Amino acid sequence: MVEVTTLKKWIELFADKVTENKETLNKLDSDIGDGDHGSNMVRGVTAVKEKIDGSEYDNLSDFFKDVGMTLVSKVGGASGPLYGSAFISMAKVAKDSDDLAELIEAGLEGIQKRGKAEPGEKTMIDEWVPVLDAIKGDALTSEVIQDSLQKTKDMKATKGRASYLGDRSIGHIDAGAQSSAYLFETLLEAGVVNG
Amino acid sequence: MGKEIGMLVVSHVNEIATGLTTLLDQVAKGVTIKAVGGNDGEVGTDYARIQEAMDSFEEDKVWAFYDLGSAKMNLEMAMESSDKEVRLFDTAFIESAYTAASLIQADVGEDAIVAQLDELKIKE
Repeated sequence: MVEVTTLKKWIELFADKVTENKETLNKLDSDIGDGDHGSNMVRGVTAVKEKIDGSEYDNLSDFFKDVGMTLVSKVGGASGPLYGSAFISMAKVAKDSDDLAELIEAGLEGIQKRGKAEPGEKTMIDEWVPVLDAIKGDALTSEVIQDSLQKTKDMKATKGRASYLGDRSIGHIDAGAQSSAYLFETLLEAGVVNG
Repeated sequence: MGKEIGMLVVSHVNEIATGLTTLLDQVAKGVTIKAVGGNDGEVGTDYARIQEAMDSFEEDKVWAFYDLGSAKMNLEMAMESSDKEVRLFDTAFIESAYTAASLIQADVGEDAIVAQLDELKIKE
């Protein structure tokens, strides 16, 4: 089971990590996208941090909803509706569940409903799917997160801006998978998984 | 309120969206056309402004046109919480909006317009 205080710590750590790595994300995105993933995400997570710092939550659902709605409004690029849908979908499930696997599964469903991507298309869900599997088996480690990330390198993008590049997208790590890797690394750092 | 159907055009760049309405107004003076572009003055799309524009139509039917994928995602999110009967077109942005505007203006039936727009479908 997860608690609001730990989740808050998670999202704050995520916001800091995204902010520290803004240029890395921009660089990955400029290789095969439009180069603004870092800037967009920083705008979003900065607003999220302000929002949750100034609020008290007595349930998980309200917390996830605030995170999701803020990301939807502030991010600007495709990651806004994608990450936003993930957290809004988690908010719905969190009304009846505090199980991490069920929450992350709902997040993944939210992303897929919005972005229509399947595994192997070089998108953020190529990070989410293996991470979810690991969480279900109580085996999420940094290695799982990094291995999944590196695997996006050899994939050919068939969704999103990178798909315009076709075969030329091969050889680059997907920017959305990288920001999702930060999300799950900070999940570990905040102790949400092992807590 | 102009015709039965209003049009919403969404672009990543404000000038593209407003520029397109300039073009459309020329052939469709009687059609309500609203433009939403950019995010906080930067390139992107803004869910809140799309939602606001969508809900502000007097017309019950709104036809939405967009440039790139993330505009579509924000449009779909807005549609999920809107009372309007919104139809989203995965068609060539300028050409299809122009076709739709001129045919709505000419009171061509909805099905006939949609059939014509189908030929301009270029996005998933």
